[in-house]
Amino acid sequence: MPLITYIEHNGREHKVEVPLGHSVMQGAVDNAIPGIDADCGGECACATCHVFVDPAWLGRTGTPDAQEKSMVSFASTAQANSRLACQIQVTAALDGLVVRMPEAQH
Amino acid sequence: MHVATDHPAWTTPLAALDPSHPGLFQADEMWPYFARLRRDAPVHFAESPFFGPYWSVTTWKDIVQVELNPQAFSSDSGFGGISIRDRPKGLELPMFIAMDPPKHDEQRKVVQPIVAPGNLARLQDLIRARVCHILDGLPRGETFNWVEHVSIELTVQMLATLFDFPFEDRRKLSYWSDSATMIAGAGGHVDSEATREAIFAECLAYFTALWNQRVNAPPRPDLISMLAHGEATRGMTPREFLGNLILLIVGGNDTTRNSISGGVLFLHENPGEFAKLQANPALLDSAVPEIIRYQTPLAHMRRTALVDTELHGQRIRAGDKVVMWYISGNRDETAIEAPDRFLVDRKRARQHLSFGFGIHRCVGNRLAELQLRILWEEILRRFPRIEVVGEPKRVFSSFVHGYTDLPVRIPA
Repeated sequence: MPLITYIEHNGREHKVEVPLGHSVMQGAVDNAIPGIDADCGGECACATCHVFVDPAWLGRTGTPDAQEKSMVSFASTAQANSRLACQIQVTAALDGLVVRMPEAQH
Repeated sequence: MHVATDHPAWTTPLAALDPSHPGLFQADEMWPYFARLRRDAPVHFAESPFFGPYWSVTTWKDIVQVELNPQAFSSDSGFGGISIRDRPKGLELPMFIAMDPPKHDEQRKVVQPIVAPGNLARLQDLIRARVCHILDGLPRGETFNWVEHVSIELTVQMLATLFDFPFEDRRKLSYWSDSATMIAGAGGHVDSEATREAIFAECLAYFTALWNQRVNAPPRPDLISMLAHGEATRGMTPREFLGNLILLIVGGNDTTRNSISGGVLFLHENPGEFAKLQANPALLDSAVPEIIRYQTPLAHMRRTALVDTELHGQRIRAGDKVVMWYISGNRDETAIEAPDRFLVDRKRARQHLSFGFGIHRCVGNRLAELQLRILWEEILRRFPRIEVVGEPKRVFSSFVHGYTDLPVRIPA
């Protein structure tokens, strides 16, 4: 299973294996990693699984669709590498992915 | 699901079922009507004597589908906006929640920073000091109205801070809020739309004076200054300024007000849950969102179909009014386990519809949670219990789901 590194805003790292086909959000929730709220359960409807994708991985995580872009744009912590973790599907190519979390989910 | 088959909710022909009657909500009797619709007609058409023809969307899944399709389901005030009650022609109230993209997005982004994580962190100590002051001033061994003394007081204080509004005049905010949401001629102080407009004019005049001070001063982190300096909002018409004020006033106090009152009621009715919370205050992580789910302080949001479309097998035509009943979706047994139970340690308690989903999701949701959390932390530190000693009085509305009176007593 691909290994994903989640880094909390305070710097604490969590390395977990996430099954293929799951979302990066599910990987965090299933492993009780703090900092991902996922209020809508993965519908791209709440923007509370906001992460910053490590720039080295941006080419492999795909591009957000219009709905995701619009939800992310309301987060005051948004940056150019912001994504919603529920919209990133785990594939073999994402083995080693690193994502960081904002100060808080909103 | 509990089905009492002799209840009118289960025996009325579907075509005659109208779950939107404000009297049902005031009597707290709407629940079985929504259970019936979820089971027998999840997307349902009705005619209301108050609100005209409308569609009810009652299940979690269908509500999410409407929320995520603003291209087909408009929020625009020109079509009637976001509540089941149409405002009279010519008296529309534009506000960003009742706009579609791109204008919605532009205006929302002007005020969004008020609830940025750093700002919320700065508000924590202030909220706690106010909560402690209010709680320490409550009478012991005496009956009083929790709504008046705690729920309204705490939320208008917060709102006054967000607007940087003169503190001694803060009760004007709850007065304007109630005036905006009240059904005209139903026994309250708003006896007609003309009365409502006169009250709105007072509100606009008061806030215009604040705007004029702030527009000529350097930008500050309060909502009026943000609107006065924001690129997408500084050129608003007076009517649009009024609309956005009403949105921020209602959204910023009435909703949290009713979740604060609801929490007291639910924990009184479920002493076992209160005991769990006393034993382990860390359960507030799930208890706070559970209170917000269980209360659902706004019972619905409304959209207007822009195109002919199909939803759960029903044909909805362009121009139709579509009501997403959050209060029903939050009790949908196909999405939430044992949804009629109030459980402070509910798994995935954050997954509820009370804040809405999609681009119109509640701007202030984290501030609402923060206020509830601090309030309950301090209640648990002080009071062995809060007894509800009389019947709560509920609001005559199928939009605002709340209370005017909650008689309580804190043991001496």
